[in-house]
Amino acid sequence: MRIVIAEDLVLLRDGLIRLLTAYGDEVVAAVETGDELLAALLEHRPDVAVVDVRLPPTHTDEGLRAALAARARVPGLPVLVLSQYVEQLYARELLSDGAGAVGYLLKDRVADVAQFVAAVHRVAGGGMAMDPEVISQLLARPARAEPLRRLTPREHEVLALMAEGRSNGAIAQRLVVTEKAVSKHINSIFAKLDLRECDDDHRRVRAVLTYLDA
Amino acid sequence: MSWARRAVRELGQLAVGLGMAVAGVALAMATLTAAALGLIGVGLPLLDRALGGTRALLDRQRRRVPGPPVRSPYQPVRGGLTARLMAMAGDPATYRDLAFQFVHFAYAPSAALFAVAIWLGAAQGLAMPLIHAVRPSAIGNYLGLPIDSPGNAGLATVAGLLVAVGAYWLPRGLLHLEGRLTRALLGPTARATLTERVEELTDTRAQTVDAQAAELRRIERDLHDGAQARLVAMAMNLGLAEELLARDPEAARGLVTEARSAAGTALAELRDVVRGIHPPVLADRGLAGGLAALALGAALPVDLDVDLPDRLAPPLESALYFTAAELVTNAARHSGAGRVAVRLWRTEDRVRLTVSDDGRGGADPERGSGLAGIRRRLAAFDGRVRIDSPSGGPTVIDVELPCAS
Repeated sequence: MRIVIAEDLVLLRDGLIRLLTAYGDEVVAAVETGDELLAALLEHRPDVAVVDVRLPPTHTDEGLRAALAARARVPGLPVLVLSQYVEQLYARELLSDGAGAVGYLLKDRVADVAQFVAAVHRVAGGGMAMDPEVISQLLARPARAEPLRRLTPREHEVLALMAEGRSNGAIAQRLVVTEKAVSKHINSIFAKLDLRECDDDHRRVRAVLTYLDA
Repeated sequence: MSWARRAVRELGQLAVGLGMAVAGVALAMATLTAAALGLIGVGLPLLDRALGGTRALLDRQRRRVPGPPVRSPYQPVRGGLTARLMAMAGDPATYRDLAFQFVHFAYAPSAALFAVAIWLGAAQGLAMPLIHAVRPSAIGNYLGLPIDSPGNAGLATVAGLLVAVGAYWLPRGLLHLEGRLTRALLGPTARATLTERVEELTDTRAQTVDAQAAELRRIERDLHDGAQARLVAMAMNLGLAEELLARDPEAARGLVTEARSAAGTALAELRDVVRGIHPPVLADRGLAGGLAALALGAALPVDLDVDLPDRLAPPLESALYFTAAELVTNAARHSGAGRVAVRLWRTEDRVRLTVSDDGRGGADPERGSGLAGIRRRLAAFDGRVRIDSPSGGPTVIDVELPCAS
């Protein structure tokens, strides 16, 4: 898999390269700034980009902005954003084009190497990888929007796991139910959130976005 | 007929001014008499009363003039009779009060009489045709115009109308003049204003220094008991694991797993500390982004309306962010509100933040430490906080900070 990395701290950049290479991926470019990232993404068209939110020269949200700009030019370009902290605001911005193929994880998650690499590959395949911390922030506050209040507690759990990017099988395993039960819950969620049309992946993104927007 | 109501109100104000002047001069006479008696050892309680009465009366005068109320210039008076009298005798405002009372007494009655007389004159002019018809010889002339024919009596009506216009505008001018007089004699002197400002700055500086020291202590403690302690434990575990690697790989693996989980917890704690110092999203996106993130994470729906042409100075951003965060949390926790509205906008040289909710009201800065903390935090910026929270709601909290453009 061809990967572009954007990370300004050498220690972390080398670590990421080492880690991804060890799992058989190819790092085609490793850059330091937002501008370089945008250029590298447009030039290499990687299978997935792993991007730090905060990059030089401003050390604010350069990385996120560059990733969003690249996705505006190349719709659905898979991007996994890493950060020292997560903000619902940023998660929403990443998901809002509805194209999926986005991830947003705390840097801490790199520590669980296997899971992290799985998340990178999932995003490359068009899936989602929202950090559990984003989801737990959502769960910590009362559901505010009308459609979300209609969800049962079980459906909330399923939606949260969907946001993390887990497959039906993985969700079933986690909740100790059958896969059939999970897809029943998911259909019920789609119905309650009024997401009838289009393909399943797309609906998953939209469902999570509804969650974030509430 | 709002002009009629206005004319009556202004005449009424002149009458009030007259009353105040009479009461004022009476108090001034009482003060002087009591002071004279004080020289032979009696009358001191009377002097205290007279000066107290003067101050109460003139504070009303300060509030009733047109325009913003004149600020009360008195230095604080407390303690027993002697201490109070000494304080008042040493306060220049006391003597300025006396001067005002006499000047006001010279001004207000004549102003009131003048205003009434002009209205009477206008009425006479307007009524001239009638007077001429009933008793042609009653009035010889009006403003130099001989009233010897119905035509001239008609002209007098026109003159009376002009006088009435003057009579309508005159009280306003007279009240304005009284206001100028009051401001000049009863307002704080430049020196008093400066003294007060220095006191205020000393006070807020002390508060800021205290708050900052407390904040640093809190951060130190959080780091010391949290992330730092975890890193120590982690280093220990890793050291042990290193030792055990050859002899007991299984045990070493357990220690490494433990160290990793400690690293995760340490990171989470560091994130919390960082958020408390300066939320990263605020650094990234400024106040607009910070408040948007705050609204998303709030425990109740937030209607957000931010109108800022560009970013504010970082200390202001931070102060306003934490203020808004505290107010939204308060609304969610104590008010029982269903929604909260946060508005932020900028005028010429100030930035305003209002946080309002539809809850049950009754927010009291004296009781909760939150509102008092906000006051302290904003005092360093010369900020003002207005709290309007009647019992039964709604609550509106209005924050205003000066900002250089």
